[in-house]
Amino acid sequence: MYVDSLHRICRGLLGIVLLSLSIPAIATPRIQHWQMDNGARVYFVEAHELPIVDLQVVFDAGSAHDGEHFGIASLANGLLDQGAGEWSADDIAERLARLGARLSNDSLRDMAVVSLRSLASPSTLLPAVDLLAAVIAHPTFPPDACERERSHTLTALEEENQSPASVANNAFYQAIYGNHPYAHPILGTPESVASLTRDQLVDFHHRYYVGHNAVVAMVGDLDRSGAEALAARIAGGLPAGEVAAPLPPVPGIASTVGVENIAFPATQTHVLSGQPGTWRGDPDYFPFYLGNHILGGSGLVSRISEEVREKRGLSYSADSEFLPMRVAGPFVMGLQTRNDKAGEARLVLQQTLEKFVQTGPTAEELLKAQQNVTGGFALRLDSNHKVVEYVAMIAFYGLPLDYLDRFKAQVEAVTVEKIRDVFQRRIDPAHLATVVVGGK
Amino acid sequence: MNNQITGREWRIRAGVVAVLAAALAAGLAGAEESYRQQEETALPPPAVAPVQTEAPAAHPQESVVPVHEFHLDNGLKLLVKEDHRAPVVVSQVWYRVGSGNEHTGSTGISHMLEHMMFKGTALHPAGELSHIIAANGGSENAFTGRDYTAYFQSLENTRLEISFALESDRMRNLLLPPEEFTKEHQVVMEERRLRTDDNPRALTQEQLVAAAFVNSPYHWTVIGWMGDIEGLTVDDVRTWYQRWYAPNNATVVVVGDVQPKDVAELAKRYFGPLTSGSAQPISKNPVEPTQHGERRIIVKAPARLPSILMGYHVPVLRGAATSWEPYALEVLAHILDGDSSSRFSRELVRGSEVAATVGAGYDLYARLPDLFTLGGTPSQGKDIKTLEMALREQVRRVREEPVNIDELERVKVQAVADNIYERDSVFYQAMQIGMLDAAGLDWRLADEYVERIRAVTAEQIQAVAHKYLLDDHLTVAVLDPQPLESGHPISDAPVGGSHVR
Repeated sequence: MYVDSLHRICRGLLGIVLLSLSIPAIATPRIQHWQMDNGARVYFVEAHELPIVDLQVVFDAGSAHDGEHFGIASLANGLLDQGAGEWSADDIAERLARLGARLSNDSLRDMAVVSLRSLASPSTLLPAVDLLAAVIAHPTFPPDACERERSHTLTALEEENQSPASVANNAFYQAIYGNHPYAHPILGTPESVASLTRDQLVDFHHRYYVGHNAVVAMVGDLDRSGAEALAARIAGGLPAGEVAAPLPPVPGIASTVGVENIAFPATQTHVLSGQPGTWRGDPDYFPFYLGNHILGGSGLVSRISEEVREKRGLSYSADSEFLPMRVAGPFVMGLQTRNDKAGEARLVLQQTLEKFVQTGPTAEELLKAQQNVTGGFALRLDSNHKVVEYVAMIAFYGLPLDYLDRFKAQVEAVTVEKIRDVFQRRIDPAHLATVVVGGK
Repeated sequence: MNNQITGREWRIRAGVVAVLAAALAAGLAGAEESYRQQEETALPPPAVAPVQTEAPAAHPQESVVPVHEFHLDNGLKLLVKEDHRAPVVVSQVWYRVGSGNEHTGSTGISHMLEHMMFKGTALHPAGELSHIIAANGGSENAFTGRDYTAYFQSLENTRLEISFALESDRMRNLLLPPEEFTKEHQVVMEERRLRTDDNPRALTQEQLVAAAFVNSPYHWTVIGWMGDIEGLTVDDVRTWYQRWYAPNNATVVVVGDVQPKDVAELAKRYFGPLTSGSAQPISKNPVEPTQHGERRIIVKAPARLPSILMGYHVPVLRGAATSWEPYALEVLAHILDGDSSSRFSRELVRGSEVAATVGAGYDLYARLPDLFTLGGTPSQGKDIKTLEMALREQVRRVREEPVNIDELERVKVQAVADNIYERDSVFYQAMQIGMLDAAGLDWRLADEYVERIRAVTAEQIQAVAHKYLLDDHLTVAVLDPQPLESGHPISDAPVGGSHVR
């Protein structure tokens, strides 16, 4: 009945929706690609509508390459703009401000990122890019800045420890990844951060911030020859170096089982439950993606949200997610609820997954998920910022340049059977790692 | 450190849920891999730039993109701005009601109503709206602030009609079923636990405004006091809905790949038949009495880190006696805390290394007089007292010395650049227009922003600092961390594979 009324409304509403199907497919950005002499791979999209340029330089230098020095990737990344070339941290900050340019850095498990947004006029863009180039190739790691950033990292760790959500998150990664380099917190631990030395930071930069380990994503008001010159200016100063060693495979799902309870003085209990999931380039990626969309990835219309929030009012947010990474990233379901409802909410989460794995989605659910993803495709690419994020992702993980062109077809090729098959093959509700953080 | 960031009050709905979960609950470390893995969030999150440091702005004179204004006979206002870069459209309905219109005893009712707006009409039962938007590839959400409640959809540009059909229906025809209220009431209380009760910084902010504002409705935060939320009934919410939700108290903002004339016709077709409310509701604006002396409060909560939040009573654009003063305060906030080159970063984070994080905030587009806030967390080995002294020294300096011309120029250059960057986000462009209008300001002010910022002088900045950043008009809130006694923080856990039970 529900579905009937939905159809009636959609039909009644809009002949115009049907019309839109005959409109030519939305143009996806054309990605131009070349490689520099030092091995850096460049990916460029022309966009002349606004007089701005968005740049991202991404290194295979995330915390997965920390080795024994937990937190070194993050600390090294954070120190890049705290002194570079002939400039101090103050110089860099003041120069950027005078140009109206925005520089930022970020460190994840896979990626170490440095981003720049600038106006496109050469008098602004070129000096801003010179700062970017110095920051990635010639950071000076001043001893006082190292101490300061170390101290801020220790504060950030305290901050994580006073947040039940962060405590749960860190425990969850530890639980599903065991001794794998994805297991430890990106920031490291208080002990590991305290023991990092400046020499280690310099060595880390020397090893990983190199041409063969870099991709440059550029979107904005440039032509091809301008882009080539700019890329050379950004990354030409990097030594060629070597690509990072491949990451080890993640532990199998059989090793992730059990419940870890962490007492925390809070009014709510946070629950995270899951397993290692999928990776970039995984042939099962799209069935996972669409399946998760239906299970818990599409907000209030997903099964988990329907069961936990809409039917029972147990949680403000309840969802599931696959994070595809270099190697299997996490599949995780999560919610928060008042302490006395934690048992019930966990059970609902577990049963919702079990049912989904057992029977898969309905044809109706799949169709709606596909309509959502393909019908909203234009929204994924409606700003330079979003495009540069996509381009950087495609570049970093070595996905095909026509990834976006083929995206809709890949989504439409997913069937109920494929989803059921991939969830039954690779997700085992009997072997979930569960982290419960909260009061009693 | 804006003291009442609207972004914090996002009601996270479809499409954004996954993002919220990544940041807060299901964890995966907020800015972790998820931020560059757009496919994983079902729908793209609205690109709302945090309302943190840069107030809404528009491009200076020559390249201002015009906003087209239309009025329907029933009082509905429609504002349309073209952006043809991508075949998308953002549609937002803004109601001029928020927590700033509420009364003691029923705080949080605007936000509760916002949640109930997804619970059905006779035409579209509970939840159906979300399903229709989803099936059409859209993302949707809603948010409540002190001065407004807004609902939005982002859609492929030929599908604007879907938004108008659904929004016009729920503007006057909400059912408010009691059984849906019972469940959603619980959800809202969970939201409060998540955002405020278990968040020591948010608790501190809530206590700061409660101490700083005695009579102003900014005394409570948008989500409301837990006791008040608990006491809300579906009838209370119905009365609130009937009072505030009508075309003559609403503005529809549309930005995207559309033709203004077509949008106006569509709006007329869907919103035109709606009846007006009795009159545009008028809230008496309680006047905040003059503060006679500094107020200090301590907030005790389980936490690891102390923090401090300081708020000075200041005017805002609406109702300002002297129109340049709010702009001077705006520039001052950026002198102190605009980016890595501003004083707090340069002198307190680097320089003296007294702060790990530190910020300043001011919202010149608030509807009622507001606070200019400073706050932060001391760095390792420094205490709150030292940080407070450093912050007060910063205030003393801006009161007594003009800012130097270089730092003033940097703020202005950045304002011009940010104004261009903001045009990259269709959603944010709509937000700017809607927020101004909802606060009772002329949306044309957005077009003046850069010009007004550029006109601010060092003398004016010193003048507003001297006039408003007064000890007697200051409230200081200190978070006093209580032990997380029963906690076993993860960093103390053995690293290895065997701890999973």
